[in-house]
Amino acid sequence: MASSVTIVEKLRSEFGDLWFDPQSLVTGGLRDAGQVFVKIAPEPLPDVMRYLRDDPGMRFEQLCDLTCVDYLNFPGATDRYGVIYSLLSLTHNHRFWLKCFVNDPEPIVPSMTPIWPGAEWMEREVFDMFGVVFEGHPDLRRILTWDGFEAHPLRKDYPLRGKGERTDFSVTRRDSA
Amino acid sequence: MEKYQFDPHATSSDDVLTTRLDRLVDFFRKRGVNWARKNSLWPMPFATACCGIELMATGASRYDLARFGAEVMRFSPRQSDLLICAGRVAIKMMPVLQRIYKQMCEPKWVISMGACASTGGVFDTYAVVQGIDQFMPVDIYVPGCPPRPETLIEGIMAIQRIVDVEGIKASGERGKGLGLVAEPRYQVAVAGEGSE
Repeated sequence: MASSVTIVEKLRSEFGDLWFDPQSLVTGGLRDAGQVFVKIAPEPLPDVMRYLRDDPGMRFEQLCDLTCVDYLNFPGATDRYGVIYSLLSLTHNHRFWLKCFVNDPEPIVPSMTPIWPGAEWMEREVFDMFGVVFEGHPDLRRILTWDGFEAHPLRKDYPLRGKGERTDFSVTRRDSA
Repeated sequence: MEKYQFDPHATSSDDVLTTRLDRLVDFFRKRGVNWARKNSLWPMPFATACCGIELMATGASRYDLARFGAEVMRFSPRQSDLLICAGRVAIKMMPVLQRIYKQMCEPKWVISMGACASTGGVFDTYAVVQGIDQFMPVDIYVPGCPPRPETLIEGIMAIQRIVDVEGIKASGERGKGLGLVAEPRYQVAVAGEGSE
């Protein structure tokens, strides 16, 4: 079982030219459990992920979760969308987190579906809710909202009650049914 | 031969009721087929949320919807004549509900059960229909979040009254219904009221 700090050091020795910025996963004065996440750019993401999955010391067989946060108007945030990858190694029983920040107008992240097939629906959900495009995804369609829905509702600038989508609908009447 | 008068409400020690066929036809001519139909409503449960749990409780032994002849839940709209929409309906789900309604044979009735199906409830968001009556006909609204089984039974009895009064006309000919509101008969005790 490697600690998060050891994983970051191994990543640094393997991908020396990349800028990793490890930060504690726990914020707000809570007890630090030694878990960190690293920031990473979209371009080197497939190589780093493939290394994390295949290296004998890493063996992250499982992509536990793939989600996203919209940092619009977040205090101190510089980038808008943070795509979060949560990894688990069943062999070594260690976990690791990565955040990949992208911005408007073209939030594009390479797809993890070729590396972990389970990423397919999670990437579809992030695309549906945030509009982040996953390059190389085999079937990037909406998964939760209906066909014909235009917006990405979990973006912070999307109003809770929608933009009139819920009233724009065909009506079944007594005499038409 | 007054002895063979057909009376469905008569209490008799005999287990077997015999009548002449012309008496039976005469009875249906007087009371109408409405009497038979209102006592054998076959609901189509469209349960999407916690109201569905109360709907199940209503059908189960304690509240026993069979007392009103409406216990035969049919999971095919072709075989049912009462659609009970129990729970919130997402906009993606609305075409499904409309299609189920269209697949039901006339005559048919609709109960909108609970706050979410009737108004959207607390789910005032982009994805939830703010009352199914915006997009399809509704005969009875049953209030509550979720309604108690007594309230749902009140709603089903209101449907029975509609069947009795308006008959088995197709829903397009029935108009907007009787305007009946299902309300619970019991008094809700409010804390602090009356004690001081």
